Amino acid sequence: MSTRDWPLWEVFIRARRGLSHVHSGSLHAPDAEMALRNARDLYTRRGEGVSIWVVRASDIEASTPDERDPFFDPAADKIYRHPTFYDVPEGVEHL
Amino acid sequence: MDRSLFDYTLGLADDALVAAQRMGWWISRAPELEEDVALANIGLDQLGQARTLLSYAGELEGEGRSEDDLAYLRDDREFRNVKLVERPMTDFGVAMARLLVFATYQLHLYRTLTTSDDATLSAIAAKAVKEVAYHVDHATHWVLRLGDGTDESHARMQAALDAEWPYVDELFTPLTEALGGRVADPAALRDAVLADVRRVVTEATLDVPDVSPALGGGRDGLHTEHLGYLLAEMQHLHRSHPGATW
Repeated sequence: MSTRDWPLWEVFIRARRGLSHVHSGSLHAPDAEMALRNARDLYTRRGEGVSIWVVRASDIEASTPDERDPFFDPAADKIYRHPTFYDVPEGVEHL
Repeated sequence: MDRSLFDYTLGLADDALVAAQRMGWWISRAPELEEDVALANIGLDQLGQARTLLSYAGELEGEGRSEDDLAYLRDDREFRNVKLVERPMTDFGVAMARLLVFATYQLHLYRTLTTSDDATLSAIAAKAVKEVAYHVDHATHWVLRLGDGTDESHARMQAALDAEWPYVDELFTPLTEALGGRVADPAALRDAVLADVRRVVTEATLDVPDVSPALGGGRDGLHTEHLGYLLAEMQHLHRSHPGATW
């Protein structure tokens, strides 16, 4: 058995109820069920999670560094998208 | 001292301790890094059970022996583990077959012990029952995959089951009379344990071996020659450097 035969899986862990799953790392496993179990052993050893997702890495479509400019640059000069034009009334806490 | 309860506790402790030591062999040798971590985790769970059980056995004995004294300073004839766990486990199929049988047995045993009148044993069992449920799950998944896998993996998984099966019977050695009703009686677990194991074996397209039981005696300190070598490796540091810590 070699690593070549075991696909790569990405692991997402939800730390608490109400939070979203966050990418924690990756691992090798022969199938989804074993990937979940390996994730439990590798990434929740210290009580880090209440829920685990595993996704086959090859099923993830990711943006590439080549596309960085068209993907992300146009957002840089649209400052009106940031909520920075509102005056905060005095005395408002917990905003 | 309650001799029969001491022996019983020591039996549970030694089963877990020797199983943990065998499992430790796999560290750095498992087929994948992920499996390496999983087996190490399982071994550490077993070691944790052994430690609390040995400490309790020392208390029951009342002669001041600690968990270390009991683990490191007894010879093979004083160990009370079943033979199932002491034999070499250097084939992955054997490791999974044995874990399936042993963890299923432990699961039923600890579940029953959680309602024992003995508060300490029932507390130890309550913690351990979640651990061994995961061990059963891990072994089940591998037995299913290897049994219902390729021709090669099927044949090797079957060979592993055949090798372990003669030692299954000893797990269900009945309690001594003095303990009747106070702790979990292994003999009463036989049907439930075997039914669980059979279900997995059958689903994995494997045959339940039809073999005669091997000679028991582990609970009375009669072991295979393999236990001496295991203990030599496990105990030599402590015996060479008494009280060593790091």
